Amino acid sequence: MKFGVVVFPGTWSDRDCGWVIDQVLGQELTYLWHKDADLKGCDCIILPGGFAYGDYLRTGAIARFAPVMEKVGEFADRGGLVWGICNGFQVLCEAGLLPGALIRNASLEFRCEWTNLAVERTDLAFTSQCEEREVLRVPIAHGEGSYFADPATLSHLEQRGQVVFRYCDANGRVVPNANPNGSLHNIAGIANARGNVLGMMPHPERCSEAELGGTDGLKLFRSVAESAMKVLVS
Amino acid sequence: MDERRLREVALTPDEYRAILEQLKRAPNEVELGMLGVLWSEHCSYKSSKALLRRLPSSGPGVVQGPGENAGAVEIGDGWAAVFKVESHNHPSAIEPYQGAATGVGGIIRDVIAMGARPIALLNSLRFGPMPASSRHFEGVVAGIGGYGNCIGIPTVGGEVYFEECYANNPLVNAMCVGLVRTDQLMRARAEGTGNSLVLVGADTGRDGIHGASFASLELDERSSERRPAVQVGNPFLEKCLLEACMDLSHTDAVIAIQDLGAAGLTSAVAECAGRVDGAGARIDVARVPRRERGMTPYDVMLSESQERMLVVVQRGREREVESIFEAWDLTSAAIGEVTGDGLLTVFDGRDEVARLPVKLLTDGAPMRRLVGFAPEPPYGLDVDALPPPADPGASLLRLLASPNLTSRRGLFRRYDHMVGDSTVIAPGGDAAMLRVKGTRLGLAMTTDCNARYCHLDPHLGAQLAVAEAARNIVATGARPLAVTDCLNFANPDRPEVYWELEEAVAGLAHACRLLDLPVVSGNVSLYNDSNGESAIYPTPVIGMVGVIDDYEKRLGAGLRVEGDFVLMIGSTHNDLGGSEYLKVEHGHVAGRPPALDLTREKAVHRLILAAAQSGYLHSAHDCAEGGMLVGLAECCLLGGIGVRCPAVRPEPPLRLDAAFFAESPSRFIVSAASRAMPEMQSLARRHNVELSLLGLAGGDSIEFEGQLKVSLAELRAAWESMVAV
Repeated sequence: MKFGVVVFPGTWSDRDCGWVIDQVLGQELTYLWHKDADLKGCDCIILPGGFAYGDYLRTGAIARFAPVMEKVGEFADRGGLVWGICNGFQVLCEAGLLPGALIRNASLEFRCEWTNLAVERTDLAFTSQCEEREVLRVPIAHGEGSYFADPATLSHLEQRGQVVFRYCDANGRVVPNANPNGSLHNIAGIANARGNVLGMMPHPERCSEAELGGTDGLKLFRSVAESAMKVLVS
Repeated sequence: MDERRLREVALTPDEYRAILEQLKRAPNEVELGMLGVLWSEHCSYKSSKALLRRLPSSGPGVVQGPGENAGAVEIGDGWAAVFKVESHNHPSAIEPYQGAATGVGGIIRDVIAMGARPIALLNSLRFGPMPASSRHFEGVVAGIGGYGNCIGIPTVGGEVYFEECYANNPLVNAMCVGLVRTDQLMRARAEGTGNSLVLVGADTGRDGIHGASFASLELDERSSERRPAVQVGNPFLEKCLLEACMDLSHTDAVIAIQDLGAAGLTSAVAECAGRVDGAGARIDVARVPRRERGMTPYDVMLSESQERMLVVVQRGREREVESIFEAWDLTSAAIGEVTGDGLLTVFDGRDEVARLPVKLLTDGAPMRRLVGFAPEPPYGLDVDALPPPADPGASLLRLLASPNLTSRRGLFRRYDHMVGDSTVIAPGGDAAMLRVKGTRLGLAMTTDCNARYCHLDPHLGAQLAVAEAARNIVATGARPLAVTDCLNFANPDRPEVYWELEEAVAGLAHACRLLDLPVVSGNVSLYNDSNGESAIYPTPVIGMVGVIDDYEKRLGAGLRVEGDFVLMIGSTHNDLGGSEYLKVEHGHVAGRPPALDLTREKAVHRLILAAAQSGYLHSAHDCAEGGMLVGLAECCLLGGIGVRCPAVRPEPPLRLDAAFFAESPSRFIVSAASRAMPEMQSLARRHNVELSLLGLAGGDSIEFEGQLKVSLAELRAAWESMVAV
């Protein structure tokens, strides 16, 4: 499995994602520069966290115009795996690869803390190693992570089962108290209809080793790595 | 010379005479401005330099002491920790968000200049009481988060206190820690005549002109007019600058990197040249990329525009360096070269606009001989007159809810403290710890100062600050290595303030010597007064780093295992002077701070480190403000486990309130499995340190039989009362 981690100016989770892929998981890793017009044969593209181009104007609003994003869009259209984490989720929404938008947290403050995520889809390449209704403990770190979409889009997402992660309590109950940022329907992550593009605000790369407080994030990286194995086998 | 003009550049008539004598001519306008900023207190340390020489600054692990952009110590496996703390008090008083944000940006560049990758940020903050000080508080917290979160360096530690004396003069001290291979440490020395001076990063604007001078004056009602002297931060640009500077290690064409901070280009060029005997520099301000039209050479030389660095590049290899910056879409411009004439010569195109000896700029400021005079000692405390605690449980709840002791969770969650995938001890306990990737090393770090102690006795207070910072490090299982200090004081022209400074530095030097802690970097911030009154408490903030050889052996503060023995290491005395208990429960800031025996302190550290190394301990927590009961409550709340204890029966002359709330130093609250008790007892005997059993971990309350019982839920509600702030 070859992972490509996109680096925009202002990206900072690139090295963290790279560390997990390369050092923890032992998978092939390459960094893709925002000016690159070639995805270098990667099987999964990660748009990591950060403040791409400073996130001036609006989060992800400038990044979507980066040369590399055109290729990422084409890759997604062909069914390639695209995974947006935090700022990457914001970029995917701005680029139209996922519906909706991420707006300012309801608290109006940046939040860096652990959250619990109810996994609602385990049939995706990103979540195949998770159990049905499993609760993952994954930290967030964002100021603008409140998921928003118009009612029609939202019901469309729900009907098609595109909600992948919801903020929940430790017992898996999706309750308002467990929602750290005011996201509609406690949404923490969604996929496109085809299931090959995932956007999520929490940071799985920050909980892939026990010394960092948890290893639930590694399940997602493992899922992606395993999904490639399956493709090879079949 | 017009006195008004001298005041504008913050020079005294005496200093102007010294310039005339040394220069043997009158300086022109540009030269006067350059001398004004570099001779400001902020840059020249003219009031404090003689005192600072008393601090120990060398030791076996020191690879860079004071005098560079930051200090550095070896931590093992070929790595060095690079770190420094710096104040941004005056700008933060006027413009809290930008003042704090650019304080963070500045200290990060100091670490970058050493060739190190910044891996962590810490801070030390002081405000007046809430809610009156909420403009300062909110702005500063948002500014620290705004910069640190955006640039992607975790904010892992800090402290915040609220006291009346900071109402007009909040303190904002920022610390940055970086990592570099010891053999790749850079030094900002302008070596090699003919080498190029390349200015990189942001374009130069008119912002921040006279910032350093402004920071060297008392605040007054006209201070808000100086808002233009506060710079505006751009963390995104600095992130690009950071990565580009890291990429510079791919080429050997770079001789040195220097941050442009206070006093901008003038200071950067002069300092770089000043570190090399006989070196000078020739620069052309016409080549400096500018943000706005119509800027004069004076403006360019004095601008404190943020996010700029000066790079000394081997002659002929400028292109290699420029291409690295181009990749990050950063402007770079060759603005001059290193010379061997010892002069800083400034051109504007073909016209020479300034020509000053480098040494006159960097070392020419006449040292001020100030006089210290001990003020009336703060009023004493008759401990015997204090009534015994009526209800220790109720006192504990009030203490946990007091602004100086409440949980800082509400603050730390506003800072990204995880980015970098290295934070193995998150903020909220004693010291934070980051692993050094690719090794087993853990780097512990903390900031600390109890300024109330320093107010009551600056000599002892400064020692206590060093001892407590060291205890924070030791509580994680790490060995304290070295110190950076930020000396925040009022106007030293007042004899009682200068006395405080003298006493605090002496205390600092004494404690650092006895605990083998070299002071490798630091900063002095004076004139923290307003309108000649409302002086701040003397606040010598200690930043400290330490190392543990295997971070798997690190210790947290919270209780971990039900049934563990909860122990007090060290002895408790009637140390109620200056305590939080005295302030909260009796309304006094009085008495003598707790007595400190540094030999005992060291023995306690050795015991804890030996126990941690041998794996006997499950947790360790520094027992400090609020005393044993508050410390124990923190252990319970952080671990989510209660504790059951027999009644406390203090042996006279120890008082019951002191047993619960005295802030005797050199104490830790630790937990260990019962089977480790024999080893712990023999370790305690060997180190001649008192060990006593407090109780057993378990349940969901803190109970001292017959004396108090408070549920963890009640304690948490009190402790987290500030989360909503």
